[in-house]
Parts: sequence; structure tokens; C-alpha cells
Amino acid sequence: MTDFGSMLFVFVLATFIGLGVIRRVSRLLYTPLMSLTNAISAIAVVGSIVVAGADHPLTIRILGAVALFASMTNIVSGFLITDRMLKMFKKQ
Amino acid sequence: MHLISELSAVLATSLFIFALYWMNDPKTARRGVIAGVTGMGVAVIATWIQPEILHHGWIVAAIILGFAVGVPLSRVPLTAVPQRTALSHAFGGLAAGLVGTAEFFLWINEPGGAHITPFRMSALVLEVILGFLTFTGSLMAAGKLQEVRWIPQRPVTYPGQNVVNIGVLALAAGLGVAVVLNPHAAWASQAFVAIAVLATIFGVLLIIPIGGADMPTVISILNAYAGLAAVAMGFVLDSKLLVTAGALDGSSGLILSIIMCRAMNRSFTNVLFGAFGKTQPALTSGEQKVWKQETVEGAFQLLEQARNVVIIPGYGMAVAQAQHKVRELFDALTKRGVTVKFAIHPVAGRMPGHMNVLLAEANIPYSALVEMDEINPEMPQTDVALVLGANDVVNPAARYAKATPIYGMPIIDADKAKTVLAVKRSKNPGFAGIDNELYVRDNTWMLFGDAKAVLADLVKQFGSGGIH
Repeated sequence: MTDFGSMLFVFVLATFIGLGVIRRVSRLLYTPLMSLTNAISAIAVVGSIVVAGADHPLTIRILGAVALFASMTNIVSGFLITDRMLKMFKKQ
Repeated sequence: MHLISELSAVLATSLFIFALYWMNDPKTARRGVIAGVTGMGVAVIATWIQPEILHHGWIVAAIILGFAVGVPLSRVPLTAVPQRTALSHAFGGLAAGLVGTAEFFLWINEPGGAHITPFRMSALVLEVILGFLTFTGSLMAAGKLQEVRWIPQRPVTYPGQNVVNIGVLALAAGLGVAVVLNPHAAWASQAFVAIAVLATIFGVLLIIPIGGADMPTVISILNAYAGLAAVAMGFVLDSKLLVTAGALDGSSGLILSIIMCRAMNRSFTNVLFGAFGKTQPALTSGEQKVWKQETVEGAFQLLEQARNVVIIPGYGMAVAQAQHKVRELFDALTKRGVTVKFAIHPVAGRMPGHMNVLLAEANIPYSALVEMDEINPEMPQTDVALVLGANDVVNPAARYAKATPIYGMPIIDADKAKTVLAVKRSKNPGFAGIDNELYVRDNTWMLFGDAKAVLADLVKQFGSGGIH
């Protein structure tokens, strides 16, 4: 089991990286940025896979499967719509 | 196996950071999507091949369903992107809440309760509260944006609202502390369920007092919550990948919230507890001024004689689906040697960046889209400012009228242009419920009507070569 100190450490560093990177995102792209980060945070899918797929009681697996469906929807629609919007930003 | 999952997590994290990094320029941004998809694929496969995963059918079924819903959701018209975004925050919150609930019941039924530590229990409670409040809050926001009939558009307020809201949240938090301190108590399960229910209620209560003008801020805040819920899930599941991805999402939501708040000159607490638009102070300062109406022909002549034109779009343009007509006007003016720029206010539209996306859809080059801070110094030299469905973001009252909710909000200085043409659907005030002084200024001419129809008429004038 990982100690919570190192998890907290990862969290703080990741937040600083996030703030640094997001601050430089083009203001034109805030809408696609939101759908992209949304798709990325649907990485919760890995947690859902474990809950839905491991040998757990049925009710637990149902919860996991619904969560997996919700995350998967975000991944699919998030990446697709981000790409669809970004395609529109053409320079003349 | 452990090594594979660790390495894949590092790879996925790096790809996610690159994905966001490439968003700093529209030229490289699409590369970011590829990086994101690759990172996601690596992480999913590395998890799926772990030996403890036995029920593959369930996973396949959920993934297929996810595609079945996700693909249509990615094809919504761009005017509906704000509600799609709110809906995806809701899905993110739901996933976090459900996984948290599942983990709780797994842990407390485990002999020995090896997983239960105060730290993980706190993370679990936080995950469930954030997850479920984001779920219902975002659903409410999506409903308001979609203008679902049974969800009121205008802010709903009642006396003691903030006390009730904070009370519900405090009760959930109090129960959370009790569960963290006594995870093995007989009542812990019931208390846990109560926390989830309270968080669900809180999400609804949080959004009902919020009006349409605040949606860009609220969507950003819900984005931050969804990210934090993913972080809490990462703490619960000991997953550094989840913590990192959630932190990236959370910091993005945080930055966008700050930008939106600044663009409205308001604080977070004011957005969440201030019920913007509830008050409608009459701005009748003595004499009642009247607007001057202009004909399409007159507007055409003004535009044709201009050397430079600044178009200021607002949500009204999106509602009228007028962006393609805007493009035709842009072309007609550019062909005649008129310089055309678009002035984009950060909170124009219903979510951050909404106007940019709508105009990009209509093939307007993004080099013509100029941010408020950059366009304002140019406004005094602008011949014609064409206000298109924007209202509060061009209201000069924001500079001095202390009694109005928009006081102090940075605006686009449309009134400083030599001539202002304002296209407006009706004679009603904007979302904030305030009369717009710009419309009665000496240099302002009104064009009443649907933005799309008015623009079509204008473009027709250009097409006929402008019969003088």
C-alpha cells in the first residue's frame, strides 16, 4: 500500500504542472480545452474496470459497470468533439 | 504485471501533459488529441490485462454502451456544446461517486478491514461527496442550458437559502467525519448512504439560484469539482495516474473559473451564493432616453463607408444560428477592403471560449478573433462597432453604476467607437436584467430583429452592389 505522503506529493506536483501548462493554453481554445481535460479525467475508467471486472459481489460489479459506462462515454465523446472543434480552427 | 501497470501509468501521464501542452497553439492542438487518446488507450489496456480482471463480458458491454452514447454526444451542434460539457462533468462525477460507493462496501465487508485507514476513508468520503454533488449539479446546469421545461431558467431564490445549502453540506461533512472515525460501527453503512444522498441534494440546491449569465463560471467550477473527485478517487485506489489526471483537470477548471470570475469582476463565493440576476434595479436616471432605429439600408451605408469594423458577438448570435451569415458579412466587407475584427469577451456565450468555436465553425480565420484586452485600445479608432446579440458585456453602466450587478465588470468599449450598430432581437433587457445604456447613446443605432435575418438583409445589400 502506498503511503499517503507520496500520493499527496504527486498531487501537489501534478497541480503545479497543470497550472503551468493550462496557463499557456490559447484563449481561442478554452472550449476544446474543457472537453479535452474532461476526456483525460475520465481516466477514472481504470478504477471502474477493476471494480466491474474483478471477482466482486454482483451489486458491486453493477456499480462498477455503470461507472465504466459513464467514463467511457466521456472518453469517446470528449476526444471526438475536441477533435471536431479543433479541426475548425484554420488559419487563412 | 505490476511493472507494466507502473510503466504504462508513467507513459499515460506524460502523454496527458503533452496533450495539454499542445493546446497552447491551434496549429499543434490536434496533436494533443492524439496524445490524449494514446495515453488513454495505454492505461486502459494495462489495467484490463491485470490478472484480477475476470469478467470481461461486463467490461465489453459497458464500453460498447459508452460508444453508443458517446458518439452521438460528440456530434451535437456547437450551440449545444455547453450542455454537452455539463453533461460530461455529470458523468465524471457519477463515475467517481459510484466507484467510491463500491469501494466503501467492499472495504467494510472485508475481514480484518485491511484497507481502512483514516486517510483513505477521508479520501473516500471526499470522493463520494464531490462525485455526487458534481453529478446532480452538472445535470441541473445541463438542464438549464438545454432549457429543459421543468428546470427554471431564472435564478430560484428563497429566504435563508444559503443557510439551507451550507447546512446540507455541513451535515454531509459531519457524517463523513463520524464515518472516518468509526468505520466499523454498525451504523457506518447507513451514514455513508446518507452522505451520498445529501451530496446529491446539495448539487441541486447549489445550481438552482444560478442564472444563465453565470453559466461560463459555473461550468468551470463544476469542471474543477469533477477533477477533484477524480483526484480523491486516485487517493482511494492508490493510483498515481488518476491523481495526476484529476489534478490536470482540476487545475484547468480552477484557472478557467478564475478567468471567468475576473471577467465578471466577481468572487467564487459571489457566483455560488450571490444569485446573479435576481435583483433588477431600474436604471432610470431621471429622463427616459429612447433609442434610434436604423434601417438595413442605412446600416449598409455606414458599414460600406467604414475603414474598419469591429463585430462584437454574444449569445444572441448563437441562439439565432447567425454565425454563417456573419461569415458572409465578413467576406463582403473584407472584399471591399474593410478591416474586420471580432471582439471576444471572455464570458460571451455560455461557456469559456464558446464564441471562438462558433466563429471558427463558420470558417472565420482565428487571426480575426481578438480578445477584449487587445481590442479595447483600438475601439476609439473604430469606425463601426457592430454589436451582435451581446448585451451585458458592452453595457457602459458597468463602469459607474454601483447599484447594478454588473458594476465593475470589464466590458468591451463598444461605446467608444465612432458609430455603434446594435442588432437586438427584442427590446427586453439582457440576462442580467439590466437596461443597456449603450442602446440610447447618441452614436448608437439599433437594428431590431433576429440576428440571422438582419444579417441576411445586410449581406443582400452588399450583393446587389449597393445601389446608391
